[in-house]
Amino acid sequence: MLTPPLSSKTPPMISMREISKSFPGVVANDHIDFDIFRSEIHVLLGENGAGKSTLMKILYGFYRADSGRILLDGKPAAIQSPNDARALQIGMVFQDFTLIPAFSVAENIALFLPDLDTVVDLEAVSLWIEEMSARYGLRVNPDAMVYELSIGEQQKVEILKLILSNSRLLILDEPTRVLAPHEVDALFQILYSMRQDGYAIILITHKIKEVLECADRITVLRNGCVAGSLLRSNASEDKLVEMMFGRKLSGLKTGKKVIREETALPVLELQNVHTHGEGAETNLEEIDLKVYPGEIVGIAGVSGNGQRELGDVVLGMIECVKGTKHLFGKDVTNSSIQKLRRSLVGFIPENPLTMAAAPFMTVLENMAVTKTWHYALQGGLTMDWKAIKADVENTMERLGFSFSLNIPARSLSGGNLQRMIIVRELTHDPRLIIASYLTRGLDVQSTLAARQALIQARDDGAGVLLISEDLEELFMLSDRLIVLYGGRIVGSFTPDETNYYEVGHLMTGSEVQYASNS
Amino acid sequence: MTLLSVLGVLSSAIFSGTSLLYTTLGEIIGQRSGIVNLGLEGVMLVSASAGFAVTAITDNPYLGVLVSIIAGGLMNMILGFLVISRRANQLASGLALMFFGFGLSAWIGRSYVGAKIKGLPRFPLPGSSNLPVLYSSLFNFDLLIYLVIPMAILIWWLLFRTRWGLGLRAVGENADTAFASGRNPLLIRYQALFAGGLLTGLGAAHLSIAYTMNWMEYMTAGRGFIAVALVIFSKWNPLRAIVGALLFSGAVAFQLLLQSSGIQVSPFLLDTIPYVLTILVLIVWGGTRRHTAPASLGRVYQGTE
Repeated sequence: MLTPPLSSKTPPMISMREISKSFPGVVANDHIDFDIFRSEIHVLLGENGAGKSTLMKILYGFYRADSGRILLDGKPAAIQSPNDARALQIGMVFQDFTLIPAFSVAENIALFLPDLDTVVDLEAVSLWIEEMSARYGLRVNPDAMVYELSIGEQQKVEILKLILSNSRLLILDEPTRVLAPHEVDALFQILYSMRQDGYAIILITHKIKEVLECADRITVLRNGCVAGSLLRSNASEDKLVEMMFGRKLSGLKTGKKVIREETALPVLELQNVHTHGEGAETNLEEIDLKVYPGEIVGIAGVSGNGQRELGDVVLGMIECVKGTKHLFGKDVTNSSIQKLRRSLVGFIPENPLTMAAAPFMTVLENMAVTKTWHYALQGGLTMDWKAIKADVENTMERLGFSFSLNIPARSLSGGNLQRMIIVRELTHDPRLIIASYLTRGLDVQSTLAARQALIQARDDGAGVLLISEDLEELFMLSDRLIVLYGGRIVGSFTPDETNYYEVGHLMTGSEVQYASNS
Repeated sequence: MTLLSVLGVLSSAIFSGTSLLYTTLGEIIGQRSGIVNLGLEGVMLVSASAGFAVTAITDNPYLGVLVSIIAGGLMNMILGFLVISRRANQLASGLALMFFGFGLSAWIGRSYVGAKIKGLPRFPLPGSSNLPVLYSSLFNFDLLIYLVIPMAILIWWLLFRTRWGLGLRAVGENADTAFASGRNPLLIRYQALFAGGLLTGLGAAHLSIAYTMNWMEYMTAGRGFIAVALVIFSKWNPLRAIVGALLFSGAVAFQLLLQSSGIQVSPFLLDTIPYVLTILVLIVWGGTRRHTAPASLGRVYQGTE
């Protein structure tokens, strides 16, 4: 059984013992033991699907464990709902935000205040927010509506919500996912000062670098089990990787980058493209962009700064109100999506479940749906299912993915769904690939395979537009890097000309501040 | 058009708008918690017939109003059981409730068609006693009319200024968030539907016990659906609903006036004026739905495992 290397003389604040939880078809948590101490940052590390979020949602009462116990200061605690957890001063920030866009910041925070008066005095709440936000450097405007805030600001509101809700144990599920590097630093400073004030903090992440930076204690989950629990002083990068994956991973073969020929015809060319967004969507302005065959162009930017719109405008899902769009040298500014699809364009969108899959159709049907003309027999009366299956299996083998083809798409996990889309979009050797958040939701091995597939396509002469928030991925894969901020291109580099910090600052529009600091 | 006819339109708009406004307020509460009640028509009919029957039997209009209110709350609880506990589709459940209400109200009211009742007493509007009798008689209102605007303000205050209202609106936006904040979304939705049902009952009571003082089958004539449209018109805001209800019932009264003044347009077309107005308003106010409609409106809350 687990014996954590205890350094603290104090007993744990909360102990979770023998926690098990199954979802249909998956054992998410299998007899997990987990201890949390006061004044400590405890990092819960593991791959996607290792069971980290599930374990913490059980602690917060959002899910109920199938078996196991939770002890608070050695005494059994019954946590059946978030209401129970909050009464025990446990607070949690979920991975997907639980802020209500149509509410103001103050209303969102008031919703989570434990001793809110029957008649809500929002002005008093706002004053309190301002007081606490000054103390922890989490500046937000209490009167702003949440839909007006950037993702980084929303993250601040989530953390403020926890502090003000009188929690002594804070659970943060991947809080750094949407933050730029300097914002991550600022977040860690906040966590350090909260640790000083006696808070216990649990940080869920799969980024090893962050773990080594901020953790006091680390617990690694693998396949729903505890792979180990150790103090920061005993941890090293190699050791953590080994615990996460059970073995050493082979690296990515990026291969030699093909020198792009300026004389070649670009596969994609955008000239002075403008779009007109509705409501909260971002307008693209003055986008000039060329993608040549045999190169990967990375698009960096914090979400909401026009990356999604860029992908959509290339595929024709939103209209260019000004400017022109050329594909393989032909003007396609006003062409239909179907016409573009027929000209060998592969598109891996931001959110596979809602934007690329028909959840109640089978995986195989989903594979055919973007290429129905290709597989139509007898003028479309029937489909050549055998050919579809052969093509798909061929691509799956090439990428090293495997999943069932005859089940409804909705029963696939997030990672497999993303694999399904990648397989579909890479099946017909596209000449232009637009990939948004290619590896979101994939575990490390599939991430490698997906990236390898993209590099393979690049080496075979395809042009790739890679949209991502993961700077590591962009620096690793891109031959050229473009930064979007507020719908405009604010930087264009080759990866060796720049660094994370410069790009991070450009992404968040704080370049001026960066220049004066450096 | 004389001053008298204009005042007549106004008076008639106030009378018929009152039941509409109570019903709209009730539906706003329900929809703010995420539930569309398409069965309003049926709820109103059952409330109106039950209240009317009790008034006719006991000769006490106040008791009748009370029975109407309770009947409205109970009818909404039927919908609540279906869409909250049984997680049924809201639109289908609402329509079923409506047809159930048609039948039930016809049965309740069958022996009271044409019955004479003592309606809610009317009091002159303060200050109108100085006017000539012909005018001042137009401004004799019952208690429910005097209470309707304070009620709209009260509902606004409840929704936007109290802890209960904050939780209720949160359930309508994102029930998971409300659950994560330590609330019980199922209980809150039941509360919202019950409160909404009481208000719908009040609206129905005004229709049968105070305004027409009469019962006939299907006397609501689409008011339940107009109330649903008025909720959208008012952008889920009780104060805007005051304007909406007055505007709509004003249009109804106005077209009646046009018909009686012998204008050369088919009465069938004139009948459509209020609805054309509603369509126009929805066209003009549509397209800006973002962040006005409750985000989870119509969605079943599945709960967590």
